Amino acid sequence: MQSQRKTHVSTTVNGEPREFLCEPHQVLSDVLRNTLNLTGTKEGCNTGDCGACSVLLDGTLVCSCLVLAAEVEGKGVVTVEGIGEEGKLHPIQQKLLEHAGLQCGICTPGIVIASRALLEKNPDPSETEVRYWLAGNLCRCTGYDKIIRAVLDAGAVMRGQ
Amino acid sequence: MQSVRYEAPTSLDQAARTLLGSENAKILAGGTDLLVQMRLGLKQPGLLVDIKNIPEIMQLTLGDDALRVGAAVTGALVGEHAEARRLFPGFVEALGLIGSSQIQGRCSAGGNLCNASPAADSVPALIANRALCNIIGPAGARSVAVESFNTGPGKNCLAAGELLVSIDLPLPAHRSSDAYLRFIPRTEMDIAVAGAAVALSLDEAGICTAARVAIGAVAPTALLVTAAADALIGSALDEASLHAAAAAASAACSPITDKRGTADYRRKVVGVLVRRAAAIAKSRIEAQA
Ligand SMILES: Cc1cc2nc3c(=O)[nH]c(=O)nc-3n(C[C@H](O)[C@H](O)[C@H](O)COP(=O)(O)OP(=O)(O)OC[C@H]3O[C@@H](n4cnc5c(N)ncnc54)[C@H](O)[C@@H]3O)c2cc1C
Ligand code: FES
Ligand code: FES
Repeated sequence: MQSQRKTHVSTTVNGEPREFLCEPHQVLSDVLRNTLNLTGTKEGCNTGDCGACSVLLDGTLVCSCLVLAAEVEGKGVVTVEGIGEEGKLHPIQQKLLEHAGLQCGICTPGIVIASRALLEKNPDPSETEVRYWLAGNLCRCTGYDKIIRAVLDAGAVMRGQ
Repeated sequence: MQSVRYEAPTSLDQAARTLLGSENAKILAGGTDLLVQMRLGLKQPGLLVDIKNIPEIMQLTLGDDALRVGAAVTGALVGEHAEARRLFPGFVEALGLIGSSQIQGRCSAGGNLCNASPAADSVPALIANRALCNIIGPAGARSVAVESFNTGPGKNCLAAGELLVSIDLPLPAHRSSDAYLRFIPRTEMDIAVAGAAVALSLDEAGICTAARVAIGAVAPTALLVTAAADALIGSALDEASLHAAAAAASAACSPITDKRGTADYRRKVVGVLVRRAAAIAKSRIEAQA
């Protein structure tokens, strides 16, 4: 690794200002996990297919494996570590637990982030809308059904029902 | 992906100078093709020029004559634009079919076009809508009809130092609409086996006065099929003319056989898609007030 090529990046991660040095080719998921030690974000495929690396970039749902770390200069990133509070799970997290919407858990951070993005835009989605929205989040364990129920249920909680 | 450099110019001038000064530069829009290709070792640029900080590249504006879609405007943003959805439902649908919600947050019509995959979903819809590509480069600015932009799989007409700035979709006439359909074996997250876009205008009596038909994934580039449009123009879009348009599209294509489908299958399916897309465009016009 040629250190003279390192790029300095100032950004905001989960509401806190963060600075890091990265190689120009490094993707955001790599820096989140290996430089900032935010290992909640997972890497499954690194080609945009699995959604395990989902984060919000200035509020938009993206695959962090297809964003260069250098691109987040001046932007805001939200990872799964920014969802819920210490000792108090976000309704999406709570409902995933209650519905057994996770087994190995590799897909879960991506599911949490993607579902949050959906419920923010569309607080009362239909089952079909949830299924299409999460089509880019692959899960090898649950068979999806429990995840879908959990997200619908979390939506109801967030709407105060 | 080792020894690449990264630049993020904030003006077209700066971008042009950066591109000219580098042998092995690649433009980075959403990166959903380029970063994957680099990861797979298919592309090894020496410099990535991120164009997403350039205002002209990120504009999405409805003018008097056209909807202007900046080259790197994301699918998500186009999908949220109510006027774009009303005027060009087929184009918005086609762009919206690209990838997942995550990919939509990054992918662009400009990247979909410049990447020049024969199966790119938004390209037939752009062709059906008579879209124009606005290009700048060392020799100045020029415009190219979208059907002439790509020259083969992975190849486009941009010369060294040129970049696509925006795509203009001319505003449709009264009583016009469009539709795009693709066939994939799954319901989401797949690459088109065949695709078809149709844009139509009808008179008050329901007779088709203008039509454009474009097909994708069945030839080295997306194709404008004039013979299919001719079969529709002057008709009431009855079964016979829809079938004639389908036959013209099947005749115009030159598909390959690969793991997604055989050439014969693609030839047949693309005709069916043309017929159905024309029927959808027609019903959209009839639903207009
Ligand atoms: C999981 C996944 C699913 C996908 N599904 C689909 C699908 O269903 N249908 C489909 O059509 N595609 C699909 N794609 C491919 C890709 O997402 C699209 O082609 C997308 O529109 C590319 O846009 P981008 O902005 O990300 O392009 P980039 O990757 O940034 O660029 C693509 C190419 O165009 C060049 N380029 C970009 N902008 C310009 C410009 N302004 N001027 C000159 N050259 C430029 C780049 O140098 C690069 O070579 C998928 C990709 C992934 C990862
Ligand atoms: S790791 Fe990013 S989509 Fe799979
Ligand atoms: S819980 Fe194992 S991949 Fe989803």
